[in-house]
Amino acid sequence: MAKIRFIGFDGTEYAVDAVDGQSVMQSAIDNAVPGIDADCGGQCSCATCHVIVDAAWIDVVGRPGEREEEMLDLNPERDANSRLSCQIPVRDELDGLIVRLPEFQM
Amino acid sequence: MSESSRATPRDEILTRSNKEFFEQWAIDPHRDPASVPLADIDPGHPYLFEARTELPYFERLRREDPVHYCEKSMFGPYWAVTKYDDIVYVDSHHDLFSSDSRLGGINLGGIADPNPDPQFHLPMFIMEDPPKHDEQRKVVAPMFTPRHLQTLQELIRERAGKILDNLPRNEEFNWVREVSVELTGQMLATLFDIPQEDRHKLIYWSDTTQNIGNPEFFDTVEEGFQELWKCWSYFSDVWQQRKAQKEPGNDLISMLVHGESTKDMPPNEYLGNILLLIVGGNDTTRNSISGGVLALNENPDQYRKLRANPELVTSMVPEIIRWQTPVAHMARTALVDTELGGKQIRKGDRLAMWYISGNRDSDAIENADRFIIDRANPRKHVAFGFGIHRCLGNRLGEMQLKVIWEEILKRFDSIEVVGDPVYLRSSFIRGIRELPVRISG
Repeated sequence: MAKIRFIGFDGTEYAVDAVDGQSVMQSAIDNAVPGIDADCGGQCSCATCHVIVDAAWIDVVGRPGEREEEMLDLNPERDANSRLSCQIPVRDELDGLIVRLPEFQM
Repeated sequence: MSESSRATPRDEILTRSNKEFFEQWAIDPHRDPASVPLADIDPGHPYLFEARTELPYFERLRREDPVHYCEKSMFGPYWAVTKYDDIVYVDSHHDLFSSDSRLGGINLGGIADPNPDPQFHLPMFIMEDPPKHDEQRKVVAPMFTPRHLQTLQELIRERAGKILDNLPRNEEFNWVREVSVELTGQMLATLFDIPQEDRHKLIYWSDTTQNIGNPEFFDTVEEGFQELWKCWSYFSDVWQQRKAQKEPGNDLISMLVHGESTKDMPPNEYLGNILLLIVGGNDTTRNSISGGVLALNENPDQYRKLRANPELVTSMVPEIIRWQTPVAHMARTALVDTELGGKQIRKGDRLAMWYISGNRDSDAIENADRFIIDRANPRKHVAFGFGIHRCLGNRLGEMQLKVIWEEILKRFDSIEVVGDPVYLRSSFIRGIRELPVRISG
């Protein structure tokens, strides 16, 4: 179990109790956090669950894998700490994680 | 070139008679799908799409043979991939399944030819694999970010309003021509920053691309190509003009002119990418606009629900796109021997991902065979494709549909379909050519 804080583009904060093994994307969807579309349902194939990981957390979360990087790379608005939240599995060490939502999903 | 030894499949396709070819492959599109032996089923026959009788074939394949080998098809042999999950898998694995036009490209009927004649081979980034695909796509991608599209929304709304306000009342007219084609044509002219009156040329070249093998349009494919090169002449002038501009323009051609991976394209590649942007921005949204009107007429309960709750436009838009699935399939070529749905796919085999079938797959989408404008999860569909080739203009298409429906609901109580629709003879673009409607008031 990990507490994850999603910060919307307008600054609204959503604190979510995320279940280990689920993805960060799924915990957002299950808790009705707005701003994530996740059209492909978590298969790293649409890039509509884009989040920007807080700089202090990026080393804990880790960098994108090869396929994820390919998808992110096609978004002109990606950030250095961008991740696809469907590719981040929740685990205890992510307790307190902060991720920001982009203004738009592309 | 000695014709006896060098006649390639491409030469044959270019010069054969479109009419004779269709006659050779003629089928009765109204026969009972259950009566056709499984081994003989090719759901991609354009006659089925023209007669709107294709869906039962896909339903049967999803049930009986989800990854189905179509041995005898006018496009040559290919695997029909019909289930949602298999489609997502193929689409997401560009390392296994190539889009390269030299291997056959992204639609059925594409010809594998490692050294194609540039006059009849139009490379475009949708028919490239990484890295070229990624490099060229990134050149035009900034046009289609939701942030940039926001700046276009009011313009689209104003135009949509004008188009709707000028429609005839109490008489029959073709919705496709008067509304769908108009709105998307105007949008395209804006994205290219060319005079609005030239949108008719874009529409013509878009239609030419889709109908290059259709005997009603051209006797031979070669003849169709001649028309397409006129598109190059037109845009060659635009290119020179944009290149000479001191300040780079914010239009698609200027983006290509200044893009590192696009600034030195040979003529056939420039033409190919122009046609990609024209077709991608034209046929897709056009047919979804028409398809929505038809779907609401075929499902009057949904139309009533929409009128009572106009805010449902938001969830109706992706449902219309799923329901219409304006790109019926995308094709790929296997790069290696691999397995899909228990079938052995060989290197070089062609596959068609039937988006139209994945979008009716009840194992993936609840009540997939029903048009429901307030679904819980309407964005779950394969109409935009997945993976690196996912539709670049998806948000623009959605925005145009949303705006036109918001403006329709402000103005008309009902758009009534008053005659039989005429469908496009194509299993690539699932299109509507004519939709006779009448608006009272």
